[in-house]
Amino acid sequence: MAKRIDVNNLNAYYGTFRAVADVSLTIEPRSVTAFIGPSGCGKSTVLRSLNRMHEVIPGARIEGSVALDGEDIYGDGVDPVNVRRTIGMVFQRPNPFPTMSIQENVLAGIKLDSGRKSKDELSEIVERSLRGANLWNEVKDRLDRPGAGLSGGQQQRLCIARAIAVQPDVLLMDEPCSALDPISTIAIEDLIHELKNEYTIVIVTHNMQQAARVSSSTAFFNLAATGEPGRLVEINPTDQVFSAPREKATEDYISGRFG
Amino acid sequence: MSTQLRGSILPKWFAAALAMLSIGAALLIENTTNVSGIGGTTALAVVLYLVLQTAWSFTVEGRRHAVDRLFATLIYSSFVAAALPLATLIWQVVHKGIAQFNANFLSHSMRSVSPSKPGGGIYHALLGTLEQVGIATLIAVPIGILTAIYLVEYSRGGRLGKWISFFVDVMTGVPSIVAGLFIYTAFILTFGMERSGFAASLSLTILMMPVIVRATEEMLKIVPADLREASLALGIPQWKTILRIVLPTAIGGIITGVMLSVARVAGETAPLLLTTFLSQSINSNPFAGPQAAIPTFIWDQISSATPASLDRAWAGALTLILLIMIFYGTAKLIARYYAPKA
Amino acid sequence: MNQGLSDPRSSISGSAVRRGDQIFRLITVGSGILILALMTSIGIFLTWKAIPSFSHNSSNFFTESKWFPDQSTPIFGIAALAFGTFVAALIAMILAVPTGIGTALFITYYAPKKIAGAMAFFIDLLAAVPSIIFGLWGLQFLMPHMQGVAAWLDRYLGFIPIFQNRSDLYTKSLLIAGVVLAIMILPTISAISREVFNQVPRNHVEAALALGATRWEMVRMAVLPFGRPGIISASMLGLGRALGETIAVALILSAVFEVNIHISEPGGNTFAANIALKWNEAGPNGLSALIASGLVLFLITLAVNSIARGIIARRKDFSGA
Repeated sequence: MAKRIDVNNLNAYYGTFRAVADVSLTIEPRSVTAFIGPSGCGKSTVLRSLNRMHEVIPGARIEGSVALDGEDIYGDGVDPVNVRRTIGMVFQRPNPFPTMSIQENVLAGIKLDSGRKSKDELSEIVERSLRGANLWNEVKDRLDRPGAGLSGGQQQRLCIARAIAVQPDVLLMDEPCSALDPISTIAIEDLIHELKNEYTIVIVTHNMQQAARVSSSTAFFNLAATGEPGRLVEINPTDQVFSAPREKATEDYISGRFG
Repeated sequence: MSTQLRGSILPKWFAAALAMLSIGAALLIENTTNVSGIGGTTALAVVLYLVLQTAWSFTVEGRRHAVDRLFATLIYSSFVAAALPLATLIWQVVHKGIAQFNANFLSHSMRSVSPSKPGGGIYHALLGTLEQVGIATLIAVPIGILTAIYLVEYSRGGRLGKWISFFVDVMTGVPSIVAGLFIYTAFILTFGMERSGFAASLSLTILMMPVIVRATEEMLKIVPADLREASLALGIPQWKTILRIVLPTAIGGIITGVMLSVARVAGETAPLLLTTFLSQSINSNPFAGPQAAIPTFIWDQISSATPASLDRAWAGALTLILLIMIFYGTAKLIARYYAPKA
Repeated sequence: MNQGLSDPRSSISGSAVRRGDQIFRLITVGSGILILALMTSIGIFLTWKAIPSFSHNSSNFFTESKWFPDQSTPIFGIAALAFGTFVAALIAMILAVPTGIGTALFITYYAPKKIAGAMAFFIDLLAAVPSIIFGLWGLQFLMPHMQGVAAWLDRYLGFIPIFQNRSDLYTKSLLIAGVVLAIMILPTISAISREVFNQVPRNHVEAALALGATRWEMVRMAVLPFGRPGIISASMLGLGRALGETIAVALILSAVFEVNIHISEPGGNTFAANIALKWNEAGPNGLSALIASGLVLFLITLAVNSIARGIIARRKDFSGA
């Protein structure tokens, strides 16, 4: 299931503004890779380039290539709809569909597929996904209640359930805990530990302790000055980045000297 | 597994090619059968395009993309369907109106001009419209603005304010002919006023007031609360704060709203038909005797239905559109002049 | 009633200041009450002046379709008017609601961002065109161009009674009036729908796209459910406008007082058009009868608009919470 991602010379633009310059990195399957760095360094933009969500912003585009197990997701004849189906995403603010019930939210992606599934199959998917997101025990008695009625942390796990229901190869998480309280954050971090056995996970975080807790590799992004594009400073095993960073800028950032 | 990302997507030139094909096929069908007219051919081409595209996309790209393309085409066409009437309307008004539209038309009345003969003009109606709309504005603006001030500055969600707000909302949806009926029953039948330009003004007032209240309310609401507090903290009484600080801050938006309401009622016909008599002559006194207005002038010329009078109707329509555009243009200029300089 | 900022100050400040505040406040309350009084008196005056005609009517006001209020034995009723009004408005809604929603979606989610603003402005221009000009255009331009469509409907769908045409005349019909009304209410529906579509939270749109939805699936998943109350109230406001539109309809229809389901045949009549057309030839009882029909129209549009406003108001509470 899980796949490897190779980013090669990625440049990302908003209109004429270059937000990210010359990023090349490799993300290993069945691992958690954290993107850290100061605001505006382009880490979210790089993340959104990995499943072609960057281009849904008007005027946004990229240059370079992103390969999933060797296949360029920006190649000719590649359908962005398939890319996003294969590479799921969880956002900063929990965003369950307000008009749908918990169950409908989980099945939102499945319902897009051609071919009808039986009721049993569907309820099996709902249970598997909610169990996968550590949410099953909390909501199993109220699957037909609105998803918006859950707490913030539960809503975020519902969004994770929705993303894994379609069985993607990769899961991208854009600061998934920044809108949550500490207890919900721990629940999500525990979940990430379990999910990495099956998925390739990339997580953007502002919180360095979180990066240290959940990830096996860490990529540090930085920008020279406001208005300059963000660049990848280094990507290395997390222990190494936090104990003996290769670059001075990484050390400054981690030790809290700036940012 | 590596084919998972690859969908078979139809190339970019597909849409253009299919459109040409559909138009060609439609023309061919038109020649061999008797579906006629540019409208029929266009409709046929659109239907052909939709069917072919859906079928083609369904076989190559699959159901989901076929549905996506189908709705995209429908959504694009709905915009064209909405824009087409406006485009033809503007074209017709300019094209047919220009024939009669000249200095003579603007400076003469219809007095002793036979409906079937060319000549005559719209001066009496232009004068009537300006006077009627002017009087309506003079009455509606103070009442409308003061009501909005009450709603925003004093009532603050009180019960009376809620009732006024509700009725103002409902009033915006009252058909204009009902406004005419009301003025007729209240002022003409009950108080014995005669049908006149002034009665017409009153019916326009009914239509203007809710628009002005709403526009002013919106503008007053966005005046920052700290501005009011700063003024009150200086010991300036509330009424002076409202008149000297709040209103001047919002004045650009308020004037824009007033101009838009003027533009809206300047084209009203139905209430005028009930409250004033048609006239072919110049009458500068709105309080006595029949008085013409541009909309009723057009109505009258259409009713005469001679080629000459229809020409005058189109020229009248062009005059009315130009007048409304002047009101809108003024509104835009005012809005820009008062726009916060950032 | 006023818990405003003036109260705490009044004990310190001079009485002149307080009087100024009181007078100004009274003036604004007075204006508000004047508007309230005007609105309520619409219903009162119309009812009062409509009553005489009821006592003279020798037929049932609601089921009679003939209109002879000034005869020595007056016979008149609103059956034909009500039928024509609703059929014309229904045709307008069938055409304008999908087109209006489509136009709003085009401007918010399909058109390139650079030109979307200009497109929105163009559609809004439609709202600025007075109804007399729509009437003139409908009569002189649209009607000749619509004959082919009506004839086609008669020829190929004539087995459905409403499209059947027994007269070989395709002008001055409820169908054409309905099409003109559709064009007139389209900017209303489109503008309000556009506003709600613009309010759809960006993160719902992205959630749908990130699940691998196509653009249309995104619209169905995130935009339409969110915008549904807005679409409904926009349609109701459009309906209110269509029901009350006078001049364009009066110019197009050839007023006939009968209930005729063949919508492409000349004929038809509506509340509003009938008032405009009959006003200057009506005697005292005729005027009263027209006022009575106007009262019915007023009450119908009042109900439709109140429902629309109610939906909008509830939505405001919802999104504010």
